[in-house]
Amino acid sequence: MTATEAPPEPKPYRDSPGKRVLAFLRNTWRGLTAMRTALILLFLLALAALPGALLPQRTLNAPKTEQYIADHGWWGTLLDRLQFFDVYSSVWFSAIYLLLMISLVGCLLPRSVEYLKSMRAKPVLTPRNLSRLPHFAKATTPRDPDEVLAAARTRLKGWRAVEREEDGGARTISAERGYLRETGNLVFHFGMLGLIIAFALGKMYTYEGQVIVQANGSQFCNSGIYAYDSFSPGLRVDGTDLNPFCVKVDDFSAEFTEAGQPVQYKSHVQYQAGADLETGTWRDYLLEVNSPLRLAGDRVYLLGNGYSPIFTITWADGTTRTQATQWRPTDPTGTLNEGATKFDPPNITDPFERRTKQLAVTGLFAPDGLLHGGVLTGGGPEMTNPMVAVDVMRGDLGLDSGQSQSIFSIDQSMVDDGRLTRVARSNLNVGQSVTLDDGTVVRFDGVQRFVSLQISHDPTQTYVLGFAVAMFLGLGLSLLIKRRRLWVRVVPGAEAGTGTVVEVGGLARTDQAGYGEEFTRIAEELLTGKRR
Amino acid sequence: MPGAAVNATLSQYSDWSYTTATAIYVLALVFFLIEQSFGAKGRRAAERTRERARELVGAGGPDTTESVTPPAETPATRAARGRAERIGRMGASLAVLGALLHLAALVLRGVATHRVPWGNMYEYIMAVTFIAVVTWLVVIRKFPARHLSGFLLLPVVILMFVGGTMLYTVAAPVQPALQSYWLVIHVSAAAASSGIFLVPGVASILYLIRTAHERDPKRFARFGSRLPAADVLDRIAYRTTVFAFPLFTFGVLCGAVWAEAAWGRFWGWDPKETTAFIAWVVYAAYLHSRATAGWRGTRAAVINTLGFAVTVFNLFFVNLVTTGLHSYAGVG
Ligand code: HEM
Repeated sequence: MTATEAPPEPKPYRDSPGKRVLAFLRNTWRGLTAMRTALILLFLLALAALPGALLPQRTLNAPKTEQYIADHGWWGTLLDRLQFFDVYSSVWFSAIYLLLMISLVGCLLPRSVEYLKSMRAKPVLTPRNLSRLPHFAKATTPRDPDEVLAAARTRLKGWRAVEREEDGGARTISAERGYLRETGNLVFHFGMLGLIIAFALGKMYTYEGQVIVQANGSQFCNSGIYAYDSFSPGLRVDGTDLNPFCVKVDDFSAEFTEAGQPVQYKSHVQYQAGADLETGTWRDYLLEVNSPLRLAGDRVYLLGNGYSPIFTITWADGTTRTQATQWRPTDPTGTLNEGATKFDPPNITDPFERRTKQLAVTGLFAPDGLLHGGVLTGGGPEMTNPMVAVDVMRGDLGLDSGQSQSIFSIDQSMVDDGRLTRVARSNLNVGQSVTLDDGTVVRFDGVQRFVSLQISHDPTQTYVLGFAVAMFLGLGLSLLIKRRRLWVRVVPGAEAGTGTVVEVGGLARTDQAGYGEEFTRIAEELLTGKRR
Repeated sequence: MPGAAVNATLSQYSDWSYTTATAIYVLALVFFLIEQSFGAKGRRAAERTRERARELVGAGGPDTTESVTPPAETPATRAARGRAERIGRMGASLAVLGALLHLAALVLRGVATHRVPWGNMYEYIMAVTFIAVVTWLVVIRKFPARHLSGFLLLPVVILMFVGGTMLYTVAAPVQPALQSYWLVIHVSAAAASSGIFLVPGVASILYLIRTAHERDPKRFARFGSRLPAADVLDRIAYRTTVFAFPLFTFGVLCGAVWAEAAWGRFWGWDPKETTAFIAWVVYAAYLHSRATAGWRGTRAAVINTLGFAVTVFNLFFVNLVTTGLHSYAGVG
C-alpha cells in the first residue's frame, strides 16, 4: 500500500551499478506492493481462473479433455501447449498467485508495524479548521462548556478519546473508533496467506485413489499403489509410506423413490487401522454418502456402486468356474448395465489351444428387466427382476497380447480379425442357462453388488479450514466495523451569556460511504445535548 | 426424511403462489415505471430538500434542526407529484404483496417436499429472487430510491419467468449426495448472497448511467436526469455488497466443508467452484478498488457490475452448460 513512486528526478551523474540494482529492486518492490498492483493482480487471477471453468480440465475429466483436443485440431494442441487444460497447475496461474502472495506479504508487513504503532497512539490533534473536514457542524448553545463537554464524553463512550486544551481557552476532544476494523483486516489477510500456503503444501502431500470392492465381504487394504484401480499422488508422495488400514465391505443397499430416483445409498463395512491391525480387531461402520469413514490421516468415501452379474460355466468335461465381475451402469441410476465377464478354459496347457477356447460373456444386465420384442430394457433401478441379455464369445480374448484392456468390454479388434466369434446369444433370468455347440453350459446365477470407494489423504486440510475460518471472522470485523474520527471543539463565548460555540468535525477513515447520516446524528446530539 | 412422499396438493399451491407472485411483480413493475417517468419533478424536489437539509447541518445550522420547507411548487407539479407518489406507493405495496406470495411459494414447496426448497435450479431461482426483492424493500426504506424499483423488478421478473417455464421441476426429493444439513447451510448462504448481489449489480449499472449523464448531459438525457445522485447509488451498491460478500464467503466456505464430506476433497476446481472463486475475487477487487486512489467511483461500479455478471454466469452457464459435480440442477 505504499504510495506510488515519485517521478524520477534528473540525475547529474550516473549511479554505480550496485546502487542502480538496489534502486531497481526497491522500485520493483514498491510497485509490487502498491494497492493498484494488488488490484490488477486480483483481476489477472480471476481472468486466469476463467479458462478452467470454460474448458475441460485434465484433472477433472481426462478422456473429455483428450477428446476436446482431438476435436479442435491445431487450436486444441496450441491450448494444450499453453497449459489451458491444466490451468491450476500452469506456469502462468502459479506466477500470478505467487506475485499476489509477494504483494500480500509486502503489504502486510508495513501494515502490521503501522498497526502496532497505532494501537498505542493517541487520537490525533484536533485540526485548526474543522470546517475543512468532509463532515462539519457548528452551533451556539446556551449551555456552558463544562456541560457540553460532559455530555460529549457520555455520548462518545466506547470511542478512544483525549481531551486537550488549546491556547485561547478552547477545549477539544479528539475521538476515534473502529480500531478492530484494522485488526480484522489483518487477520483476514494473514489468514488468506496461511490458507494459500497450507493449500499449496497440501497439494504436495496429498493422495487420492479409487478402488472397486465387491460387497460380499471382500476387502481392500491400503498397502500400496497396486491395491488401487487408479491412484493420483501429490508431488511428494511415492506410494511407499501409505497409512496401513483395511476395509471389508459387507453389503450395499440403495433406496429409490417410485419414480426411480435414488434417495439413499449405504454400505456396512468393517475396518481395522492402527493397533487393531495387530490384534486383528474389526470395527463396524455404516458408510453412506456424505459420511465418510475417517481414519487417522485417511478418509474412505462411498463414491459409486453397481452390479456384478454372477456366471457359472460348466465345461464339457464337468469342470466349473464361477465369476462375478463388475459391470458398469450405462445411466446414472443403473437401470441398465454393460460389461464383459471373461473366462480362461480349464485344463488346457497349450497356450495356442487355450487362445481358441477363451470365453467372454458380454452384454447387458438389468436389475428390473423387461423384454420388448426380445430386446432387454431396464424398468427401474430396483432389483425386482434381474435379467441379462448376453452374447457368449469364444476365441482369443487378447488377454495375452500385453496390451491392457477395459474390464468392461472385449477387444473389438479380435472380433474384427475373426479370432473371437459369437457362439450364443440369449436372454437369461436368474438360474437359466444357455448351452454352446461344444456342450459347454453358461448359467446366470444372479447378481451381487459392488461399491467403488475413494480413499483420500490430505494432511493439511485442517489447517486450511482453520485459516479459512480466521479469514471469515476477520472479514466480518473488517467490513462491519467502521473506522471514524470525530473532533469536538468547545469555545466559550466572548462574554458571559453569549453562549458557547460548539464545532464538530468528522472524517471517515475508511470507506466514504455512510458516515453522512451517522455523523449528522452524532453532531446533532452533541450540538443540542439532546439524545435522539 | 428420505423417501417420504411428496405432497402434490401443497406443491400445486406453491406453483400457483409462484405464478401469482410473478404476475404481481409485473404489475408493480408497471406502477414503478409510471412513477419513474412521471414523478421526475416531484422526486427532484425531494432530492433538493434532502440536499438542503444536509447543507444546513454541514454549514452550521441552528441549535435545533428545523424542518426545511420544500422549494415552491406550482399546483400542476404538485398534482403530478401527488399522482406519481401515490402510484409509487401502490407499486411498493404490490411488491410487498408479491414478496409475501413468493415466500408462500417457497414455504409450501418446502413443506411439500419435506426439505429446504432449494434443491434444484427452479427452486434456487425462486429463493434468489425472493431474497433480491426483500433486500430491495429494505434498501428503499433507507434510501430515496423507490422509483427505481422497476429496474430491480425487471431482472427479477425475467429470472422468475425463465425459472417457472424453462427450468420448472416437479417437486421431488433430492439425490443422496444432497441430503445433508450442509444443503441447508451452504445453499442458503449462496442463494442469499446471490440475491443480495442483484441489488448492487442494478445500482452499479444505474450509477454508470448516471455518471455518464453527469459528465455529458446529452447522454441518457431523459433517463439519466431521473436517477438519484450518483453517490446515493454508490452507497446502495457498497452497503449491499459489504453485506453480501461475507455471506458469500461463508457460503463458499461451507461448500468446501461439505465437498470434503461428500466428494472427498474440499476444493477441486469444479466449474462451479471455479466460478465462485472468480466471483469472490472480483468482489474482493471491488472492495479494494474503493481503497485505491483513482479507482473509486466509475471503475468500482464497473467491477461491481462485472461481479454481478459472473454471478449470473455462475447461475446459468455453469449449471446448464458445463458438466461438473454441481450440475445436479435437476433440469431436463
Ligand atoms: C490475495 C489477494 C487478496 C484478496 C483476495 C484480498 C481481499 C480483501 C478483501 C475481501 C478486503 C475487504 C475488507 C475491507 O474492505 O476492509 C480487503 C481489504 C484490503 N486489502 Fe486486500 N486482499 C488481497 C490482497 C491484498 C494486497 C496484496 C494488499 C496490499 C497491496 C491488500 C490490501 C488491502 C487493504 C489496504 C484493504 C482495506 C481496504 C479498506 O479498508 O477498504 N490486499 N482485501
